[in-house]
Amino acid sequence: MSQKNRLQDGGRIDRSKPLTFTFNDESYQGYAGDTLASALIANGVDVIGRSFKYSRPRGFVAAGAEEPNAVVQLGATEATQIPNVRATQQSLYQGLVAASTNGWPSVETDLMGLVGKIGGKMMPPGFYYKTFMFPQSMWPTYESYIRKAAGLGRASKEKDVDIYDKMNQHTDVLVVGAGPAGLMAALSAAQGGARVIIADEQSEFGGSLLSSKETIDGKPAMEWVAQVVAELNEFDDVLMLPNSQVNGYHDHNFLTIQQHCTDQFADRAPNGAVAQRLHRVRAKWVVLATGAHERPLVFGNNDVPGCMQASAVSTYINRFGVVPGNELVLMTSNDGAYQTAIDWHDAGRHVVAIVDARKNPQGSLIDAARERGISIMVGSGLIEVQGSKRVTGVSVAPLNESGDKVTGAVAKLKADTVASSGGWSPVIHLSCHTGARPVWDDEVIGFLPGPTVQKQLTAGAINGAFTTQAALSQGIQAAADALASLGLEVTDLSLPKTEEVIQDKAMALFHIPHNKPTSKAPKQFVDYQNDVTAAGIELACREGFESIEHVKRYTAMGFGTDQGKLGNINGMAIAAKALQKSIPETGTTIFRPNYTPVTFGAIAGRDCGELFDPKRFTAMHAWHVEQGAKFEDVGQWKRPWYFPKGNETMQEALNRECLATRESVGILDASTLGKIDIQGKDAREFLGRVYTNAWAKLAVGKCRYGLMCGEDGMVFDDGVTSCLGENHFLMTTTTGGAAHVLEWLELYHQTEWPEMEVYFTSVTDHWSTMTISGPNSRKLLEKLTDDDVSKDYFAYMDWKQMTVAGVPARVFRISFTGELSFEINVQANYGMHVWKALFESGEEFNLTPYGTETMHILRAEKGFIIAGQDTDGSVHPFDLGMPWAVAMKKPFSFIGKRGMQREDCVRADRKQLVGLKTVDPTVVLPEGAQGVFDPNAPIPMPMVGHVTSSYWSACLGRSIAMGFVKGGHDKMGEKVFYPLVDGRVVEAEICQPIFLDPKGERQHV
Amino acid sequence: MFHIFCPHCGEYREEEEFHAKGEAHIARPLDPDACSDEEWGEFLYFRKNPRGIHHELWVHAAGCRKFFNITRNTQTYEILEVYKLGETPSVVAE
Repeated sequence: MSQKNRLQDGGRIDRSKPLTFTFNDESYQGYAGDTLASALIANGVDVIGRSFKYSRPRGFVAAGAEEPNAVVQLGATEATQIPNVRATQQSLYQGLVAASTNGWPSVETDLMGLVGKIGGKMMPPGFYYKTFMFPQSMWPTYESYIRKAAGLGRASKEKDVDIYDKMNQHTDVLVVGAGPAGLMAALSAAQGGARVIIADEQSEFGGSLLSSKETIDGKPAMEWVAQVVAELNEFDDVLMLPNSQVNGYHDHNFLTIQQHCTDQFADRAPNGAVAQRLHRVRAKWVVLATGAHERPLVFGNNDVPGCMQASAVSTYINRFGVVPGNELVLMTSNDGAYQTAIDWHDAGRHVVAIVDARKNPQGSLIDAARERGISIMVGSGLIEVQGSKRVTGVSVAPLNESGDKVTGAVAKLKADTVASSGGWSPVIHLSCHTGARPVWDDEVIGFLPGPTVQKQLTAGAINGAFTTQAALSQGIQAAADALASLGLEVTDLSLPKTEEVIQDKAMALFHIPHNKPTSKAPKQFVDYQNDVTAAGIELACREGFESIEHVKRYTAMGFGTDQGKLGNINGMAIAAKALQKSIPETGTTIFRPNYTPVTFGAIAGRDCGELFDPKRFTAMHAWHVEQGAKFEDVGQWKRPWYFPKGNETMQEALNRECLATRESVGILDASTLGKIDIQGKDAREFLGRVYTNAWAKLAVGKCRYGLMCGEDGMVFDDGVTSCLGENHFLMTTTTGGAAHVLEWLELYHQTEWPEMEVYFTSVTDHWSTMTISGPNSRKLLEKLTDDDVSKDYFAYMDWKQMTVAGVPARVFRISFTGELSFEINVQANYGMHVWKALFESGEEFNLTPYGTETMHILRAEKGFIIAGQDTDGSVHPFDLGMPWAVAMKKPFSFIGKRGMQREDCVRADRKQLVGLKTVDPTVVLPEGAQGVFDPNAPIPMPMVGHVTSSYWSACLGRSIAMGFVKGGHDKMGEKVFYPLVDGRVVEAEICQPIFLDPKGERQHV
Repeated sequence: MFHIFCPHCGEYREEEEFHAKGEAHIARPLDPDACSDEEWGEFLYFRKNPRGIHHELWVHAAGCRKFFNITRNTQTYEILEVYKLGETPSVVAE
């Protein structure tokens, strides 16, 4: 198809660089410098999608971020799919592939359109609530239907092949928007010596000047832009970011900018290049120079393709050399839009008429239009458009002075394009992100940024300063304010001069009346993306929704990716009128981040795949990998889970590992256990306060197990702490709890007991820990050390400094398996050496490596708890059956003491930890299973506690479990039942949670 | 995301380096055993939730590991001051 709407010359496109692209499977041609939108318009494509609710054909309305309809799916391959791309913001590149996100089976013949035609009455506002609420069980069905119909686009089904990046930035001044105000602000700030970042969503700087015929200092405006850009380039501390959307304005002047690095010119980033980058900017000052969006007027069938913002029409003509039609009718309430009719006429196309709602407008642009012989119909309104897939004509009627009533006969005009302008709405979105409420201004006929606590300045059209001259002047002023606050010198910049334009007062017109009442008139769209009509808003108000926030939610106005850019002000004006209030009384809804959709890629940056989360490895990790260990994540640690041999199943491997340990010797890499070095003359007293048991008498060379509780008396961590010296202790914590415990100790030391002399240091990574466990563990250790490890010299719960495999080691005779055990700690650098030496010496004892799962089984056979598995923050030491670990008589009221004595904590029927033996020894209870005393009780059955640990014990030849049972400590020998999801009911006997060697004879040898 | 001045490091750092620890100036009763259940419950669980000025305990967890206090406006998220433990806030709610 030829570019039938392309002008012979003009515009900022390069006609020597044709580009081929595909839209909805058709091939088209555009030029370098085009957006996808301008290229499609050049090719005469009118229908870009179907509307959300009524499935009406929709075309281009705007030329920028505010475009509500032309939201497309981008991507030439499955892996490069990007949903929710505005065609108006997407630069054209060779080979671009885009498709409508809405419309089934196609945008041209849409089955849903039938629903739209007959369904107007079927889909009133609030149709979600009215239609889809009941029955609730159907919601998933409704949702999938709505999602498909809503055309939200889709994510790629394949892995994204592109690289994304994040960058942290600090700057003195961040200027948002590179139009006249922003450029002026950036230049002034840079010249004052400030570090500056200036970002703009467009591929080129210039903002409104990109599509303007204005002059600055007597030269075409874009020459001035080029000069400013060149000057900014000279500064080392100025970062210019085109193709970069400032999407979020967060607390303390933290802003996020999504920079499109390569996806503006290629479907896939060239090898190694970053496709998009998210700049996380902390700015001392922010200058919002975000400009304004033109407000289209609301009239009958104003969504028919061919109805556009007046300024968008000018942009397509002036910037892209594309005229979006042949016969134009312009509907306006202000002078500025006359420029569009002038541009259209000057492009050699026919202006049918300018329809102005005002009775007697006077101004330079109006004169210019008259000089061109363009017919102007004053005091009139365009009340309705004819056509379905393209405008074919319009109806115009005289209006009364206030513009709310049709006062005369309706005239029909032939036209294929309607440009409309109801004035300009400042782009205040970013200013709202941090919670500032916008303020209505009658002069501007729009909302202005509200008072804020952020270090934020505004310049240009965002303040309602709609002329280029005012924008330039405000840009200088904003920079001066920022510089003054930064203590930098303000250099006097001469203010560039623009031509003077005399403009008449605009009329506050939002909704053009029809000769029929709104509810009977053709649909008058307010929010195109969500299909919200004037009649819908009036209905919502009639149905009692008086708050604008409720009207928004009831009608869906301002929802979705559009965030009310185009329609919100019109909608509020219509609601205000229906509620017989003023617009400031009605108020506005708040715009939220992000301003436009941000890809997940940009948000994730490099924090994906291998880099998603840090990984921690022990010094022996490579050995575990070599041995084919299966790993499990414990916090960020990668711990061996079990070590399968050959074709062993997991259970077979566990059985072998358990038996080898109990029969000879096994070894566990326990390096991940948290280790905190505690020193100071008050270290001992401190331990006594944070642990529930007594520490006053622990001698040097001795180890002790302790429970740590919160002030509520509930256990949150446990571990063995050893006395290294009179004022020196080594505390071990659970692997996952180490950081929390350290912070807990610091909290109490710094806030409650700062007078105590005690110091804490994490030494987790400094030591490699390997636990050898089993009847032959002493024999094994003896082979590697000359030190005395005999029973009499080295007793249970002692630790010794010795030499193992030629390196200095701290060896602890502590046991988490109930076997004779030695926990060998060496400097981490020696870890692998000692580990390998143990295996060399251990061959004769069949030294068997085991992982966390076997560790769990072995400790459960002994009834040792795991904090976080057998505790859940609601159990105290007595619930756990560990009164021996609580020293109630300690002089200082230790943390948890008062808490565990509260009324609720001393109830007899608390859930208490017990052992559970299934009546059928082959059945292993699922962990988490809920117990009941009476399996025949009516549903809902009273639940009496859950299974916390449950395993097959190869050593005992039966299943074992621990769990909570109400009043369980007094129910030994009684039965408890576990009704399972699959219908089985497992019967178990309550017992002491020690299944093996209750007297502890095995570890005391 | 907050930009927090750590009074111990003497620098502004990003919120990611800090942990919020709740309301500041909650002193542990000196004699817990003398507290009634109600008093202990008050200490354990009851916290202010003001709209406006609030004093909070924070820790520079991924930095110097030191605790300090912040006076923050919960409505605007402004940090009005930071002060060390044991010091009294200069900004207080009316």
